[in-house]
Amino acid sequence: MPPRARLYKTEAIILRGRKLGEADRILTLFTPTFGKMEAKAKGVRKPTSRLSGHLQPLNRCRLQLARGHASDVITGCETLASFRGLRDDLDLLSRALYVAELTDRMTADHVQNLPTYRLLLDTLGRLESGPAPDTVLRFFEMKLLDISGFRPEIECCVGCGNALEPVDNFFAPVAGGAVCRECVPGQSGPRVMTLNGLKILRLLQRGSYNDVARVNLPPELAEEVERHLHSYIIGVLERDVNAAAFIERLRREGARTRIEV
Amino acid sequence: MNERRTSTAAPLARLIEEFYRLPGIGPKSAQRLAYYLLRMPAADARSLAEAIVEVKEKVTLCSTCQNVTEVDPCRICTDAGRDRAIMCVVEEPLDILALERTGSFNGLYHVLHGAISPMDGIGPEDLKVSELLDRLRNGETTEIILATNPNLEGEATSMYLSRLIGPLGLRITRLARGLPSGGDLEYADDVTLTRAIEGRQEMDGA
Repeated sequence: MPPRARLYKTEAIILRGRKLGEADRILTLFTPTFGKMEAKAKGVRKPTSRLSGHLQPLNRCRLQLARGHASDVITGCETLASFRGLRDDLDLLSRALYVAELTDRMTADHVQNLPTYRLLLDTLGRLESGPAPDTVLRFFEMKLLDISGFRPEIECCVGCGNALEPVDNFFAPVAGGAVCRECVPGQSGPRVMTLNGLKILRLLQRGSYNDVARVNLPPELAEEVERHLHSYIIGVLERDVNAAAFIERLRREGARTRIEV
Repeated sequence: MNERRTSTAAPLARLIEEFYRLPGIGPKSAQRLAYYLLRMPAADARSLAEAIVEVKEKVTLCSTCQNVTEVDPCRICTDAGRDRAIMCVVEEPLDILALERTGSFNGLYHVLHGAISPMDGIGPEDLKVSELLDRLRNGETTEIILATNPNLEGEATSMYLSRLIGPLGLRITRLARGLPSGGDLEYADDVTLTRAIEGRQEMDGA
């Protein structure tokens, strides 16, 4: 086996960071070549650190790393994209953090995963420039589930395997997808899935982002699709995504201020 | 640590165990500290023990600004010489120390005890935000300075607070973010440089 180089370079999107010791941080990176990995950033909590500004979560950057004992150490960094539009808007920032958290939770360390890297990068760009951030999130969720091997079954009923009738059916996250009226009694926690809801879920699953972006979702339908995907993701992860609660809170408080004004 | 046959005296083992629970202290450091204390003069050891007990018994949070204090309300809140119209919101009590060291701020403070971090599930309800709102509603504050850290969590916290406080009609400011003294322009990232350009200031040519 050839000796591994002490220094190596990679591109990465920074998913999150946590404090370590006096002035260091451990960063969770998502790279095109090594998949998700952790790396140590030394001294980045000091104000004069040359790296700190480049190593903020959601940054896409070019990194130089040195192999270390427990984790590799970042020795150089250059920002490729800072997605500033996401940082200056709390609603977009909370959604971008949701994207980063979901990517972190759905992927394994050190497994190369180029499709997820591309999806993550595209999603951050779409959030920054796109008109409908929630649609961007739904598309991201559906594609990420697909790439990760958790594609929900919405073509046929997961109970009997028959094609779904064009009527209101049910969505059972634990069973893995759509359930027809006949099979509902045996399922746990099914919720009504309207015909339009099913159509949108199928569009998210089969379509490209451009197909999805063309559809203007009425609020009730957007809410239904979000509910189905959210419950499905909780079923897959066996836990909630923290950032989702904050998005919900901002929505609630936003609605309240609008009513008060 | 587990129960095993050991020659260590029980009180010493207990002390090692207690040190081991502190952040950044591994098993070896814990042993070293414990043996150091053992050899220390009794008076020094007693003084250390008393300091630990005292800090837990006497230091509380100021009911007004949430800073750590031994008198409630704290000395800053009761200082008649301070400007009560301006309030600086910080993440941690240590930030107050840093700002006080500069000597260039003479208003009041409010400590949030953290920053919003959606990914870690830390929301406004985990911080002293409702206390801040109560203070602003009932107080004489006219300007609020958001002095959270210039990182992602700090920015999120500031944006959230300005949204929340906005309807109260106060002047809301944010500490300038830009190049650090002693820094190098060529190493600055885009966000920092952009903010430095936006926040540039007139130079007095006289």
